[in-house]
Amino acid sequence: MTIDTGTPPDLGVAADGSAGLPEDAGQLTAKLRNAALEALPPERMMPDRQPAYVASWIYVFGVITVAALAVVIVTGMVLSVMGPTWWHLSSTGLFVNSLHMWSVEIFFFAMIIHLWGKFFMAAWRGRRRATWITGVVSFVVSVGAAFTGYLSQQNFDSQWISTQAKDGINSTGAGAIFNVTNFGQMLMWHIMLLPLVVVLLVGIHVLLVRRRGVVPPFALPDRSAEQVPTTVGSAPVTANETITNEVTP
Amino acid sequence: MSAASHATPKVRAFKPDRDVEEWHGKYVPYDLIKEVIVAIVVVSVLVVGLAVIFSSPDDKPVTVQSWSTTNPVDFAQTAITELDGTSGTATYGPPYNNTPDVSQSIGPINPDKWAGVHHPINTSLDYVLNPLRSLPHSPQVEAAITEYQSATPAQQAAWTAAYEKSVAKATFVNGSVQVPTGDYGPVGVIIGSLTSMARSGALDGALVSSHQFYGTDYTKPLLFIADGTYLSDLAQGQHLSGDQWGMMNETGSYPGQAWLWLYTLWYQVAPLNTSANADLQVWAIMMVLTVLLALLPFIPGLRSIPRWTRVYRLIWRQHYRDLGSDNEGRTSTTSPATSSASESPPVHSTV
Repeated sequence: MTIDTGTPPDLGVAADGSAGLPEDAGQLTAKLRNAALEALPPERMMPDRQPAYVASWIYVFGVITVAALAVVIVTGMVLSVMGPTWWHLSSTGLFVNSLHMWSVEIFFFAMIIHLWGKFFMAAWRGRRRATWITGVVSFVVSVGAAFTGYLSQQNFDSQWISTQAKDGINSTGAGAIFNVTNFGQMLMWHIMLLPLVVVLLVGIHVLLVRRRGVVPPFALPDRSAEQVPTTVGSAPVTANETITNEVTP
Repeated sequence: MSAASHATPKVRAFKPDRDVEEWHGKYVPYDLIKEVIVAIVVVSVLVVGLAVIFSSPDDKPVTVQSWSTTNPVDFAQTAITELDGTSGTATYGPPYNNTPDVSQSIGPINPDKWAGVHHPINTSLDYVLNPLRSLPHSPQVEAAITEYQSATPAQQAAWTAAYEKSVAKATFVNGSVQVPTGDYGPVGVIIGSLTSMARSGALDGALVSSHQFYGTDYTKPLLFIADGTYLSDLAQGQHLSGDQWGMMNETGSYPGQAWLWLYTLWYQVAPLNTSANADLQVWAIMMVLTVLLALLPFIPGLRSIPRWTRVYRLIWRQHYRDLGSDNEGRTSTTSPATSSASESPPVHSTV
Protein backbone atom coordinates (compact mmCIF):
# COMPACT_ATOMS: atom_id res chain seq x y z
CA MET A 1 0.00 0.00 0.00
CA THR A 2 1.36 3.43 -0.92
CA ILE A 3 0.43 6.74 0.58
CA ASP A 4 0.04 9.81 -1.56
CA THR A 5 2.07 12.47 0.21
CA GLY A 6 1.07 15.16 -2.21
CA THR A 7 4.58 15.53 -3.54
CA PRO A 8 4.38 16.72 -7.15
CA PRO A 9 5.97 14.41 -9.71
CA ASP A 10 9.17 15.39 -11.47
CA LEU A 11 7.84 16.84 -14.70
CA GLY A 12 11.21 16.89 -16.34
CA VAL A 13 11.17 20.62 -17.03
CA ALA A 14 14.59 22.17 -17.10
CA ALA A 15 15.34 25.29 -15.11
CA ASP A 16 15.53 27.35 -18.28
CA GLY A 17 11.93 26.53 -19.08
CA SER A 18 12.65 24.24 -21.99
CA ALA A 19 11.24 20.76 -22.21
CA GLY A 20 13.33 18.33 -20.25
CA LEU A 21 13.31 15.49 -22.77
CA PRO A 22 13.91 15.76 -26.50
CA GLU A 23 10.56 14.20 -27.29
CA ASP A 24 8.84 16.89 -25.22
CA ALA A 25 10.02 19.63 -27.53
CA GLY A 26 7.15 18.94 -29.90
CA GLN A 27 4.50 19.36 -27.22
CA LEU A 28 2.18 22.30 -27.79
CA THR A 29 2.40 23.08 -24.09
CA ALA A 30 6.19 23.16 -24.19
CA LYS A 31 6.19 25.24 -27.35
CA LEU A 32 3.74 27.74 -25.87
CA ARG A 33 5.73 27.98 -22.63
CA ASN A 34 8.99 28.47 -24.45
CA ALA A 35 7.52 31.05 -26.82
CA ALA A 36 6.05 32.96 -23.88
CA LEU A 37 9.34 32.91 -21.99
CA GLU A 38 11.22 34.03 -25.07
CA ALA A 39 8.80 36.89 -25.75
CA LEU A 40 8.46 37.97 -22.16
CA PRO A 41 11.28 36.81 -19.91
CA PRO A 42 10.64 37.59 -16.22
CA GLU A 43 12.99 40.59 -16.15
CA ARG A 44 11.06 42.14 -19.02
CA MET A 45 7.62 41.14 -17.73
CA MET A 46 8.24 42.64 -14.31
CA PRO A 47 11.18 45.03 -14.66
CA ASP A 48 12.87 46.84 -11.78
CA ARG A 49 14.70 49.31 -14.03
CA GLN A 50 13.51 51.65 -16.71
CA PRO A 51 15.28 53.91 -19.20
CA ALA A 52 16.15 57.32 -17.80
CA TYR A 53 14.18 59.11 -20.52
CA VAL A 54 10.94 57.88 -18.94
CA ALA A 55 10.76 61.04 -16.88
CA SER A 56 7.53 62.93 -17.49
CA TRP A 57 4.09 63.17 -15.91
CA ILE A 58 2.59 62.06 -19.19
CA TYR A 59 3.73 58.51 -18.42
CA VAL A 60 1.47 58.18 -15.38
CA PHE A 61 -1.70 58.31 -17.45
CA GLY A 62 -1.23 54.80 -18.78
CA VAL A 63 -1.17 53.25 -15.34
CA ILE A 64 -3.97 55.57 -14.17
CA THR A 65 -6.07 54.26 -17.05
CA VAL A 66 -5.45 50.68 -15.96
CA ALA A 67 -6.15 51.56 -12.32
CA ALA A 68 -9.41 53.30 -13.26
CA LEU A 69 -10.40 50.28 -15.34
CA ALA A 70 -9.87 48.10 -12.27
CA VAL A 71 -12.17 50.36 -10.22
CA VAL A 72 -14.74 50.37 -13.04
CA ILE A 73 -14.78 46.58 -13.08
CA VAL A 74 -14.95 46.16 -9.30
CA THR A 75 -17.79 48.70 -8.90
CA GLY A 76 -19.58 47.18 -11.88
CA MET A 77 -19.34 43.77 -10.25
CA VAL A 78 -20.88 45.12 -7.05
CA LEU A 79 -23.75 46.59 -9.09
CA SER A 80 -24.13 43.23 -10.84
CA VAL A 81 -24.37 41.38 -7.54
CA MET A 82 -27.41 43.40 -6.48
CA GLY A 83 -29.10 43.64 -9.88
CA PRO A 84 -29.98 46.45 -12.28
CA THR A 85 -32.72 48.13 -10.21
CA TRP A 86 -30.81 48.24 -6.91
CA TRP A 87 -29.14 51.58 -7.43
CA HIS A 88 -32.47 53.31 -8.13
CA LEU A 89 -33.97 52.15 -4.84
CA SER A 90 -31.11 52.24 -2.36
CA SER A 91 -28.82 55.05 -1.23
CA THR A 92 -26.00 52.54 -0.99
CA GLY A 93 -26.73 51.44 -4.53
CA LEU A 94 -26.73 55.05 -5.72
CA PHE A 95 -23.33 55.53 -4.08
CA VAL A 96 -21.89 52.47 -5.81
CA ASN A 97 -23.35 53.71 -9.09
CA SER A 98 -21.65 57.04 -8.44
CA LEU A 99 -18.35 55.24 -7.90
CA HIS A 100 -18.91 53.41 -11.17
CA MET A 101 -19.75 56.57 -13.10
CA TRP A 102 -16.84 58.65 -11.80
CA SER A 103 -14.35 55.85 -12.34
CA VAL A 104 -15.54 55.69 -15.96
CA GLU A 105 -15.01 59.44 -16.32
CA ILE A 106 -11.49 59.15 -14.91
CA PHE A 107 -10.81 56.12 -17.09
CA PHE A 108 -11.63 58.03 -20.26
CA PHE A 109 -9.91 61.22 -19.10
CA ALA A 110 -6.68 59.31 -18.43
CA MET A 111 -6.94 57.16 -21.54
CA ILE A 112 -7.41 60.13 -23.88
CA ILE A 113 -4.43 61.98 -22.39
CA HIS A 114 -2.44 58.74 -22.62
CA LEU A 115 -3.44 58.40 -26.26
CA TRP A 116 -2.46 61.97 -27.15
CA GLY A 117 0.79 61.60 -25.25
CA LYS A 118 1.66 58.47 -27.17
CA PHE A 119 0.71 60.19 -30.40
CA PHE A 120 3.14 63.04 -29.81
CA MET A 121 5.83 60.52 -28.87
CA ALA A 122 5.13 58.65 -32.13
CA ALA A 123 5.00 55.64 -29.84
CA TRP A 124 4.51 53.23 -32.74
CA ARG A 125 8.18 53.53 -33.71
CA GLY A 126 10.48 50.57 -33.33
CA ARG A 127 8.11 47.68 -33.94
CA ARG A 128 5.46 49.10 -31.63
CA ARG A 129 2.70 49.35 -34.24
CA ALA A 130 0.69 46.53 -32.66
CA THR A 131 0.91 48.33 -29.31
CA TRP A 132 -0.55 51.46 -30.89
CA ILE A 133 -3.29 49.58 -32.73
CA THR A 134 -4.40 47.60 -29.68
CA GLY A 135 -4.51 50.88 -27.75
CA VAL A 136 -6.71 52.58 -30.33
CA VAL A 137 -9.02 49.57 -30.61
CA SER A 138 -9.24 49.41 -26.81
CA PHE A 139 -10.38 53.02 -26.81
CA VAL A 140 -13.02 52.38 -29.47
CA VAL A 141 -14.39 49.29 -27.71
CA SER A 142 -14.37 51.18 -24.41
CA VAL A 143 -16.55 53.86 -26.01
CA GLY A 144 -19.01 51.09 -26.91
CA ALA A 145 -18.86 49.65 -23.40
CA ALA A 146 -19.59 53.04 -21.86
CA PHE A 147 -22.34 53.73 -24.37
CA THR A 148 -24.17 50.51 -23.52
CA GLY A 149 -23.77 51.44 -19.87
CA TYR A 150 -25.58 54.71 -20.45
CA LEU A 151 -28.31 52.73 -22.26
CA SER A 152 -28.63 50.37 -19.28
CA GLN A 153 -29.31 53.04 -16.66
CA GLN A 154 -33.13 52.62 -16.88
CA ASN A 155 -33.75 56.32 -16.35
CA PHE A 156 -34.61 59.37 -18.44
CA ASP A 157 -31.05 59.69 -19.72
CA SER A 158 -31.01 56.17 -21.10
CA GLN A 159 -34.42 56.68 -22.70
CA TRP A 160 -33.26 59.81 -24.47
CA ILE A 161 -29.87 58.42 -25.52
CA SER A 162 -31.40 55.23 -26.91
CA THR A 163 -34.09 57.00 -28.91
CA GLN A 164 -31.51 59.40 -30.35
CA ALA A 165 -28.70 56.91 -30.95
CA LYS A 166 -30.95 54.45 -32.74
CA ASP A 167 -30.93 56.63 -35.87
CA GLY A 168 -27.17 56.45 -36.30
CA ILE A 169 -26.97 52.73 -35.53
CA ASN A 170 -29.95 51.92 -37.75
CA SER A 171 -28.55 53.92 -40.67
CA THR A 172 -25.54 51.58 -40.77
CA GLY A 173 -27.77 48.50 -40.84
CA ALA A 174 -26.38 47.39 -37.47
CA GLY A 175 -29.73 48.16 -35.85
CA ALA A 176 -30.99 44.89 -37.27
CA ILE A 177 -28.96 42.97 -34.68
CA PHE A 178 -27.91 45.67 -32.21
CA ASN A 179 -31.12 47.19 -30.88
CA VAL A 180 -30.28 50.10 -28.59
CA THR A 181 -33.87 50.28 -27.32
CA ASN A 182 -33.73 46.67 -26.09
CA PHE A 183 -32.67 47.06 -22.47
CA GLY A 184 -31.94 43.37 -21.93
CA GLN A 185 -29.67 43.15 -24.95
CA MET A 186 -27.78 46.33 -24.06
CA LEU A 187 -27.29 45.20 -20.46
CA MET A 188 -25.77 41.92 -21.64
CA TRP A 189 -23.39 43.75 -23.97
CA HIS A 190 -22.47 46.14 -21.18
CA ILE A 191 -21.77 43.69 -18.39
CA MET A 192 -20.47 40.72 -20.38
CA LEU A 193 -19.39 41.04 -24.00
CA LEU A 194 -17.75 44.46 -24.21
CA PRO A 195 -15.95 44.36 -20.83
CA LEU A 196 -14.51 40.99 -21.83
CA VAL A 197 -13.14 42.47 -25.05
CA VAL A 198 -11.84 45.61 -23.31
CA VAL A 199 -10.01 43.61 -20.65
CA LEU A 200 -8.59 41.26 -23.28
CA LEU A 201 -7.37 44.13 -25.46
CA VAL A 202 -5.93 46.09 -22.56
CA GLY A 203 -4.18 42.92 -21.39
CA ILE A 204 -2.62 42.39 -24.82
CA HIS A 205 -1.72 46.08 -24.98
CA VAL A 206 0.07 45.96 -21.62
CA LEU A 207 1.92 42.77 -22.57
CA LEU A 208 3.07 44.42 -25.78
CA VAL A 209 4.31 47.39 -23.78
CA ARG A 210 6.22 44.98 -21.58
CA ARG A 211 7.67 43.23 -24.59
CA ARG A 212 8.65 46.21 -26.72
CA GLY A 213 9.33 48.70 -23.98
CA VAL A 214 8.66 52.42 -23.85
CA VAL A 215 9.53 54.13 -27.09
CA PRO A 216 12.86 56.03 -26.97
CA PRO A 217 12.97 59.76 -27.73
CA PHE A 218 13.48 61.15 -31.20
CA ALA A 219 17.05 61.93 -32.05
CA LEU A 220 17.56 65.68 -32.22
CA PRO A 221 17.61 66.95 -35.82
CA ASP A 222 21.24 68.08 -35.66
CA ARG A 223 22.31 64.68 -34.38
CA SER A 224 20.32 62.36 -36.54
CA ALA A 225 22.77 62.24 -39.43
CA GLU A 226 25.59 60.93 -37.30
CA GLN A 227 23.57 58.42 -35.34
CA VAL A 228 23.74 55.10 -37.09
CA PRO A 229 21.25 52.64 -35.75
CA THR A 230 22.11 49.02 -35.71
CA THR A 231 18.81 47.74 -34.46
CA VAL A 232 15.25 48.83 -34.64
CA GLY A 233 13.50 49.27 -31.34
CA SER A 234 14.13 46.76 -28.63
CA ALA A 235 13.52 43.80 -30.89
CA PRO A 236 16.12 42.47 -33.29
CA VAL A 237 15.80 43.15 -36.96
CA THR A 238 14.27 40.19 -38.76
CA ALA A 239 16.52 37.77 -40.54
CA ASN A 240 15.84 39.11 -43.98
CA GLU A 241 16.05 42.79 -43.05
CA THR A 242 18.88 45.15 -42.48
CA ILE A 243 19.04 48.89 -41.95
CA THR A 244 21.17 51.27 -43.95
CA ASN A 245 23.00 54.19 -42.41
CA GLU A 246 21.05 56.62 -44.48
CA VAL A 247 18.49 58.63 -42.59
CA THR A 248 15.37 59.41 -44.53
CA PRO A 249 12.42 61.41 -43.38
CA MET B 1 20.63 24.44 -47.61
CA SER B 2 17.29 25.94 -48.39
CA ALA B 3 16.69 28.59 -50.97
CA ALA B 4 15.46 30.92 -48.26
CA SER B 5 18.82 31.02 -46.55
CA HIS B 6 20.38 32.28 -49.78
CA ALA B 7 17.91 35.15 -50.04
CA THR B 8 19.47 38.58 -50.08
CA PRO B 9 18.51 40.52 -46.97
CA LYS B 10 16.04 43.29 -47.68
CA VAL B 11 17.70 46.64 -47.15
CA ARG B 12 15.68 49.58 -45.98
CA ALA B 13 16.60 53.02 -44.83
CA PHE B 14 16.19 54.26 -41.26
CA LYS B 15 13.03 56.30 -41.04
CA PRO B 16 12.64 58.43 -37.92
CA ASP B 17 8.85 58.09 -37.92
CA ARG B 18 9.06 54.32 -38.05
CA ASP B 19 12.35 53.25 -36.50
CA VAL B 20 14.19 54.01 -33.28
CA GLU B 21 17.68 53.77 -32.03
CA GLU B 22 18.24 51.18 -29.36
CA TRP B 23 18.70 52.77 -25.97
CA HIS B 24 22.17 52.32 -24.53
CA GLY B 25 21.83 55.04 -21.94
CA LYS B 26 21.16 55.12 -18.25
CA TYR B 27 18.52 53.02 -16.49
CA VAL B 28 16.94 54.02 -13.22
CA PRO B 29 15.21 51.99 -10.49
CA TYR B 30 11.53 51.38 -11.16
CA ASP B 31 9.01 49.53 -8.97
CA LEU B 32 6.23 48.42 -11.29
CA ILE B 33 4.02 46.85 -8.63
CA LYS B 34 4.36 49.85 -6.33
CA GLU B 35 3.33 52.12 -9.19
CA VAL B 36 0.21 50.07 -9.90
CA ILE B 37 -0.77 49.96 -6.22
CA VAL B 38 -0.26 53.71 -5.80
CA ALA B 39 -2.31 54.38 -8.95
CA ILE B 40 -5.20 52.22 -7.73
CA VAL B 41 -5.16 53.91 -4.32
CA VAL B 42 -5.05 57.41 -5.84
CA VAL B 43 -7.83 56.66 -8.33
CA SER B 44 -9.96 55.01 -5.63
CA VAL B 45 -9.61 57.99 -3.30
CA LEU B 46 -10.44 60.37 -6.14
CA VAL B 47 -13.48 58.32 -7.18
CA VAL B 48 -14.80 58.08 -3.61
CA GLY B 49 -14.33 61.82 -3.18
CA LEU B 50 -16.19 62.65 -6.38
CA ALA B 51 -18.98 60.19 -5.52
CA VAL B 52 -19.41 61.61 -2.03
CA ILE B 53 -19.41 65.22 -3.21
CA PHE B 54 -21.33 64.96 -6.48
CA SER B 55 -23.20 61.59 -6.38
CA SER B 56 -24.65 60.65 -9.82
CA PRO B 57 -27.75 61.66 -11.76
CA ASP B 58 -30.85 59.48 -11.88
CA ASP B 59 -33.81 61.33 -13.38
CA LYS B 60 -36.94 59.21 -13.36
CA PRO B 61 -37.88 57.69 -16.71
CA VAL B 62 -40.88 58.89 -18.65
CA THR B 63 -43.70 56.36 -18.81
CA VAL B 64 -46.69 56.39 -21.13
CA GLN B 65 -48.74 56.97 -18.00
CA SER B 66 -46.71 59.98 -16.85
CA TRP B 67 -46.68 61.41 -20.39
CA SER B 68 -50.44 61.06 -20.90
CA THR B 69 -51.15 62.34 -17.41
CA THR B 70 -48.90 65.38 -17.69
CA ASN B 71 -49.68 66.22 -21.30
CA PRO B 72 -52.77 64.30 -22.48
CA VAL B 73 -53.25 66.49 -25.55
CA ASP B 74 -49.73 65.72 -26.80
CA PHE B 75 -50.43 62.05 -26.18
CA ALA B 76 -53.70 62.21 -28.16
CA GLN B 77 -52.00 64.11 -31.00
CA THR B 78 -49.32 61.43 -31.14
CA ALA B 79 -51.80 58.56 -30.87
CA ILE B 80 -53.76 59.68 -33.92
CA THR B 81 -50.54 59.73 -36.00
CA GLU B 82 -49.85 56.19 -34.83
CA LEU B 83 -53.35 55.14 -35.90
CA ASP B 84 -53.19 56.72 -39.35
CA GLY B 85 -49.56 55.71 -39.95
CA THR B 86 -48.01 59.17 -40.20
CA SER B 87 -45.90 59.18 -37.01
CA GLY B 88 -42.13 59.11 -36.96
CA THR B 89 -42.07 55.41 -36.14
CA ALA B 90 -44.76 54.54 -38.70
CA THR B 91 -42.75 56.18 -41.48
CA TYR B 92 -39.28 55.24 -40.18
CA GLY B 93 -38.37 52.41 -42.51
CA PRO B 94 -35.90 49.62 -41.61
CA PRO B 95 -35.49 48.01 -39.16
CA TYR B 96 -39.11 48.76 -38.07
CA ASN B 97 -41.09 48.74 -41.31
CA ASN B 98 -40.80 48.92 -45.07
CA THR B 99 -41.66 52.56 -45.70
CA PRO B 100 -40.30 53.30 -49.19
CA ASP B 101 -37.70 55.98 -49.98
CA VAL B 102 -36.75 56.82 -46.40
CA SER B 103 -33.56 54.77 -46.05
CA GLN B 104 -30.37 56.74 -45.64
CA SER B 105 -27.76 56.17 -48.31
CA ILE B 106 -24.42 57.32 -49.64
CA GLY B 107 -24.59 56.82 -53.38
CA PRO B 108 -25.50 53.20 -53.97
CA ILE B 109 -24.63 52.25 -50.39
CA ASN B 110 -27.86 51.68 -48.51
CA PRO B 111 -27.07 49.51 -45.47
CA ASP B 112 -30.31 49.79 -43.52
CA LYS B 113 -32.30 48.73 -46.58
CA TRP B 114 -29.94 45.82 -47.14
CA ALA B 115 -30.34 44.75 -43.51
CA GLY B 116 -34.15 44.91 -43.78
CA VAL B 117 -36.90 44.85 -41.18
CA HIS B 118 -35.90 43.02 -37.99
CA HIS B 119 -38.09 44.66 -35.33
CA PRO B 120 -41.42 44.99 -37.14
CA ILE B 121 -43.78 47.62 -35.80
CA ASN B 122 -47.24 48.32 -37.20
CA THR B 123 -48.12 51.41 -35.21
CA SER B 124 -51.86 51.23 -35.91
CA LEU B 125 -52.11 47.70 -34.55
CA ASP B 126 -49.25 47.64 -32.02
CA TYR B 127 -49.79 51.04 -30.44
CA VAL B 128 -53.55 51.57 -30.73
CA LEU B 129 -55.89 48.77 -31.79
CA ASN B 130 -54.32 45.69 -30.16
CA PRO B 131 -53.80 47.36 -26.75
CA LEU B 132 -57.43 48.54 -26.81
CA ARG B 133 -58.58 45.00 -27.61
CA SER B 134 -56.92 43.83 -24.38
CA LEU B 135 -59.31 45.99 -22.32
CA PRO B 136 -61.92 43.79 -20.60
CA HIS B 137 -65.65 44.45 -20.87
CA SER B 138 -65.46 47.34 -23.34
CA PRO B 139 -68.25 46.78 -25.87
CA GLN B 140 -68.16 50.44 -26.98
CA VAL B 141 -64.43 50.22 -27.72
CA GLU B 142 -64.79 46.86 -29.46
CA ALA B 143 -67.56 48.27 -31.64
CA ALA B 144 -65.44 51.30 -32.52
CA ILE B 145 -62.50 49.09 -33.51
CA THR B 146 -64.73 46.87 -35.61
CA GLU B 147 -66.26 49.88 -37.36
CA TYR B 148 -62.84 51.40 -38.03
CA GLN B 149 -61.33 48.19 -39.41
CA SER B 150 -64.41 47.48 -41.53
CA ALA B 151 -64.25 50.87 -43.25
CA THR B 152 -62.46 51.46 -46.53
CA PRO B 153 -58.96 52.95 -46.38
CA ALA B 154 -60.35 56.17 -47.85
CA GLN B 155 -62.98 56.41 -45.10
CA GLN B 156 -60.38 55.66 -42.42
CA ALA B 157 -58.14 58.37 -43.85
CA ALA B 158 -61.03 60.88 -43.89
CA TRP B 159 -61.86 60.19 -40.21
CA THR B 160 -58.25 60.33 -39.01
CA ALA B 161 -57.45 63.44 -41.07
CA ALA B 162 -60.43 65.25 -39.60
CA TYR B 163 -59.54 64.17 -36.07
CA GLU B 164 -55.84 65.02 -36.55
CA LYS B 165 -56.83 68.51 -37.64
CA SER B 166 -59.14 69.04 -34.69
CA VAL B 167 -56.94 67.48 -32.01
CA ALA B 168 -54.53 70.37 -32.43
CA LYS B 169 -57.25 72.45 -30.70
CA ALA B 170 -58.07 69.80 -28.12
CA THR B 171 -58.42 70.47 -24.44
CA PHE B 172 -58.41 68.11 -21.52
CA VAL B 173 -61.50 68.47 -19.36
CA ASN B 174 -62.86 66.22 -16.61
CA GLY B 175 -60.47 63.39 -17.37
CA SER B 176 -61.00 63.20 -21.09
CA VAL B 177 -59.70 64.78 -24.27
CA GLN B 178 -62.23 67.22 -25.74
CA VAL B 179 -62.01 67.97 -29.45
CA PRO B 180 -64.33 70.24 -31.47
CA THR B 181 -67.34 68.48 -32.97
CA GLY B 182 -66.64 66.80 -36.31
CA ASP B 183 -67.05 63.71 -38.44
CA TYR B 184 -64.47 61.43 -36.85
CA GLY B 185 -66.45 58.18 -37.05
CA PRO B 186 -65.15 55.79 -34.37
CA VAL B 187 -61.78 57.56 -34.12
CA GLY B 188 -62.87 59.80 -31.26
CA VAL B 189 -63.81 56.80 -29.13
CA ILE B 190 -60.60 55.00 -30.08
CA ILE B 191 -58.24 57.85 -29.19
CA GLY B 192 -60.23 58.85 -26.12
CA SER B 193 -60.19 55.26 -24.84
CA LEU B 194 -56.49 54.89 -25.56
CA THR B 195 -55.78 58.11 -23.63
CA SER B 196 -57.74 56.80 -20.66
CA MET B 197 -55.94 53.48 -20.88
CA ALA B 198 -52.58 55.29 -20.99
CA ARG B 199 -53.46 57.44 -17.98
CA SER B 200 -54.37 54.33 -16.00
CA GLY B 201 -50.93 52.80 -16.65
CA ALA B 202 -52.36 49.82 -18.51
CA LEU B 203 -50.85 50.85 -21.85
CA ASP B 204 -47.27 50.72 -20.50
CA GLY B 205 -47.54 47.00 -19.85
CA ALA B 206 -49.40 46.32 -23.08
CA LEU B 207 -46.62 47.89 -25.15
CA VAL B 208 -43.67 45.91 -23.79
CA SER B 209 -42.45 43.83 -26.67
CA SER B 210 -42.71 40.41 -25.16
CA HIS B 211 -44.69 37.32 -25.80
CA GLN B 212 -43.84 35.84 -22.44
CA PHE B 213 -44.06 36.75 -18.77
CA TYR B 214 -40.56 38.24 -18.52
CA GLY B 215 -39.74 41.05 -20.88
CA THR B 216 -36.73 43.32 -21.30
CA ASP B 217 -37.34 44.80 -24.77
CA TYR B 218 -38.75 48.32 -24.49
CA THR B 219 -38.50 49.16 -28.18
CA LYS B 220 -42.23 49.74 -28.72
CA PRO B 221 -42.99 51.98 -25.73
CA LEU B 222 -39.75 53.93 -26.21
CA LEU B 223 -40.47 54.68 -29.86
CA PHE B 224 -44.08 55.58 -29.04
CA ILE B 225 -42.96 58.03 -26.34
CA ALA B 226 -40.27 59.46 -28.65
CA ASP B 227 -42.89 60.15 -31.33
CA GLY B 228 -44.48 62.78 -29.07
CA THR B 229 -43.03 66.13 -28.12
CA TYR B 230 -43.10 65.55 -24.36
CA LEU B 231 -39.82 63.60 -24.22
CA SER B 232 -37.98 65.96 -26.54
CA ASP B 233 -39.22 69.01 -24.60
CA LEU B 234 -37.81 67.52 -21.40
CA ALA B 235 -34.54 66.76 -23.19
CA GLN B 236 -34.36 70.29 -24.55
CA GLY B 237 -34.69 71.58 -21.01
CA GLN B 238 -31.80 69.34 -19.99
CA HIS B 239 -29.62 70.54 -22.90
CA LEU B 240 -29.68 67.06 -24.44
CA SER B 241 -31.09 67.66 -27.90
CA GLY B 242 -29.05 67.13 -31.02
CA ASP B 243 -28.41 70.81 -31.71
CA GLN B 244 -27.18 71.17 -28.12
CA TRP B 245 -24.44 68.53 -28.55
CA GLY B 246 -26.83 66.27 -26.67
CA MET B 247 -25.12 62.92 -27.21
CA MET B 248 -22.15 63.94 -25.08
CA ASN B 249 -24.19 65.64 -22.36
CA GLU B 250 -25.75 64.25 -19.22
CA THR B 251 -28.82 65.30 -17.27
CA GLY B 252 -28.17 68.07 -14.79
CA SER B 253 -24.67 69.48 -14.76
CA TYR B 254 -22.88 66.15 -14.73
CA PRO B 255 -20.22 65.25 -17.27
CA GLY B 256 -21.58 62.86 -19.85
CA GLN B 257 -19.91 61.02 -22.69
CA ALA B 258 -17.48 63.84 -23.47
CA TRP B 259 -15.43 61.40 -25.55
CA LEU B 260 -18.21 61.54 -28.16
CA TRP B 261 -17.44 65.19 -28.91
CA LEU B 262 -16.14 64.53 -32.40
CA TYR B 263 -19.12 62.34 -33.30
CA THR B 264 -21.46 65.05 -32.02
CA LEU B 265 -19.52 67.81 -33.76
CA TRP B 266 -20.44 66.60 -37.24
CA TYR B 267 -24.14 67.06 -36.51
CA GLN B 268 -23.52 70.74 -35.80
CA VAL B 269 -21.77 71.67 -39.06
CA ALA B 270 -23.07 72.23 -42.58
CA PRO B 271 -23.98 70.45 -44.74
CA LEU B 272 -24.42 67.55 -42.32
CA ASN B 273 -26.71 69.48 -39.96
CA THR B 274 -29.35 69.64 -42.69
CA SER B 275 -28.60 66.45 -44.60
CA ALA B 276 -31.30 63.79 -44.93
CA ASN B 277 -28.51 61.20 -44.79
CA ALA B 278 -26.66 62.81 -41.89
CA ASP B 279 -26.62 59.73 -39.63
CA LEU B 280 -25.03 57.49 -42.23
CA GLN B 281 -22.64 60.22 -43.35
CA VAL B 282 -21.47 60.93 -39.80
CA TRP B 283 -20.96 57.25 -39.13
CA ALA B 284 -19.01 56.89 -42.37
CA ILE B 285 -16.77 59.83 -41.43
CA MET B 286 -16.17 58.40 -37.95
CA MET B 287 -15.40 54.94 -39.35
CA VAL B 288 -12.83 56.40 -41.73
CA LEU B 289 -11.26 58.55 -39.00
CA THR B 290 -11.10 55.58 -36.62
CA VAL B 291 -9.39 53.41 -39.21
CA LEU B 292 -6.95 56.24 -39.97
CA LEU B 293 -6.16 56.61 -36.28
CA ALA B 294 -5.58 52.89 -35.84
CA LEU B 295 -3.40 52.65 -38.94
CA LEU B 296 -1.56 55.92 -38.34
CA PRO B 297 1.84 54.22 -38.02
CA PHE B 298 1.53 53.06 -41.62
CA ILE B 299 0.45 56.35 -43.19
CA PRO B 300 3.28 58.57 -44.47
CA GLY B 301 2.73 62.20 -43.64
CA LEU B 302 0.30 61.60 -40.81
CA ARG B 303 2.85 59.59 -38.87
CA SER B 304 5.33 62.46 -39.22
CA ILE B 305 3.07 64.97 -37.42
CA PRO B 306 4.58 64.23 -33.98
CA ARG B 307 8.10 64.91 -35.29
CA TRP B 308 7.02 68.04 -37.12
CA THR B 309 5.07 69.53 -34.20
CA ARG B 310 7.98 68.85 -31.81
CA VAL B 311 5.68 68.49 -28.82
CA TYR B 312 7.94 65.57 -27.94
CA ARG B 313 10.57 68.09 -26.83
CA LEU B 314 8.28 69.01 -23.94
CA ILE B 315 7.67 65.37 -23.04
CA TRP B 316 11.35 64.44 -23.10
CA ARG B 317 12.72 67.82 -22.05
CA GLN B 318 14.68 66.28 -19.18
CA HIS B 319 16.28 63.83 -21.57
CA TYR B 320 17.25 66.54 -24.04
CA ARG B 321 18.51 68.73 -21.21
CA ASP B 322 20.66 65.85 -20.00
CA LEU B 323 21.80 65.32 -23.54
CA GLY B 324 22.84 68.98 -23.85
CA SER B 325 24.72 69.06 -20.57
CA ASP B 326 26.32 65.76 -21.40
CA ASN B 327 27.54 67.09 -24.71
CA GLU B 328 29.08 70.22 -23.22
CA GLY B 329 32.02 68.26 -21.91
CA ARG B 330 32.66 66.10 -24.93
CA THR B 331 32.93 66.27 -28.67
CA SER B 332 30.86 63.21 -29.30
CA THR B 333 27.06 63.54 -29.43
CA THR B 334 26.09 59.95 -28.89
CA SER B 335 23.75 58.66 -26.19
CA PRO B 336 23.80 60.60 -22.94
CA ALA B 337 24.91 58.07 -20.38
CA THR B 338 27.10 55.61 -22.17
CA SER B 339 29.96 56.81 -19.99
CA SER B 340 28.90 54.63 -17.13
CA ALA B 341 28.63 50.97 -17.95
CA SER B 342 27.60 50.17 -14.42
CA GLU B 343 24.42 52.19 -14.84
CA SER B 344 23.10 49.94 -17.57
CA PRO B 345 21.35 46.69 -16.70
CA PRO B 346 22.72 43.45 -18.05
CA VAL B 347 19.84 43.07 -20.48
CA HIS B 348 18.06 45.54 -22.69
CA SER B 349 15.18 45.61 -20.27
CA THR B 350 12.09 47.53 -21.14
CA VAL B 351 9.16 48.97 -19.32
